[in-house]
Amino acid sequence: MAQKTGLGRRYIRAFVSGFFVAVPVTVTVLDRLAYVARVDGASMQPSLNPEGASAPDVVLLNRWSVRNYQVQRGDIVSVVSPKNPKQKIIKRVIALEGDFIKTLGYKNRYVRVPDGHLWIEGDHHGHSFDSNTFGPVSLGLLHGRASHIIWPPNRWQKIKPSVPPDRRPLLSWGGSTEDEDDDDDDDE
Amino acid sequence: MLYSVLGKTLGFVGFTIQYGCLAHCAFEYIGEFVMCSGPSMEPTITNHDVVFSERVSRHLYRIEKGDIVIAKSPFNPRMNICKRVVGLEGDKVCTSRPSDSFKTHTFVPRGHVWLEGDNLHNSSDSRSYGPIPYALIRGRVCLKLWPPHSFGALSQSPNDGRITPSE
Repeated sequence: MAQKTGLGRRYIRAFVSGFFVAVPVTVTVLDRLAYVARVDGASMQPSLNPEGASAPDVVLLNRWSVRNYQVQRGDIVSVVSPKNPKQKIIKRVIALEGDFIKTLGYKNRYVRVPDGHLWIEGDHHGHSFDSNTFGPVSLGLLHGRASHIIWPPNRWQKIKPSVPPDRRPLLSWGGSTEDEDDDDDDDE
Repeated sequence: MLYSVLGKTLGFVGFTIQYGCLAHCAFEYIGEFVMCSGPSMEPTITNHDVVFSERVSRHLYRIEKGDIVIAKSPFNPRMNICKRVVGLEGDKVCTSRPSDSFKTHTFVPRGHVWLEGDNLHNSSDSRSYGPIPYALIRGRVCLKLWPPHSFGALSQSPNDGRITPSE
């Protein structure tokens, strides 16, 4: 009898210690390295969800590559929706900070993306809730960069950055070599 | 000999990963220590004060008006700002400086908060850059740890009338 309770206790101890290893490691991997998410909605057709809701795509979101908030034009990224913090949206980066962009139905026809912001759009114009509705989004809302489609298996592929040819920025600061003549007044 | 060294190294790496992950979870979901700098929250928080910011109420969406929060700056995500929440989504907030004779008001849009420093004369906050998305909030400041003579909970806003009480 005593042997049996000892065995049970050992099992409980093994379970608890395994639990305390597995849960933090899983949470950290999901927060820091990679996250898996199902894509809902038609806003990124035809790149994602080409068949609509019948076969939703599952994408791998690389969180490590955005740890320094570095993205390129054309990357597909997931950001926390500025209108609803409980929701994440997946869109394509069209313009980075400092770029001039011609908008599609935003309140201003031409916009300069402010510092620390992104201009994101869905590929399915007119069926997408994107920067043309809510304006540029802050880089701090960036959640991850979609790097692979992992489900369904026949669509397994790496996602390459590509800007739609008609959506290139009108005037872009090619890199960090350009001097921006903005008045920086950060008095925090 | 080789096996024991290998085993020890693997064990050490495993422990490092385990405790690193535990630390990540603690800092990400429970709270963290922050050193504040800058004059924008005087007199509640002065320069180089150390505060404890808890992450629980941010994850449970329990941030209320009057709370002091640490948030990512909307124009530089690597920089953090420490401000007081003056309005939640749907609230009417006053956008003018206290010295202005004309009072201008605006409404905070959905999913956003309105942040203001306690030092209204020397603070760049939502009055200059507008409401910020809720998701930029990192945590709620709940305890002041340093300097020792001001240890304890944080005081209420010194600026009366900025925060309109909710019905």
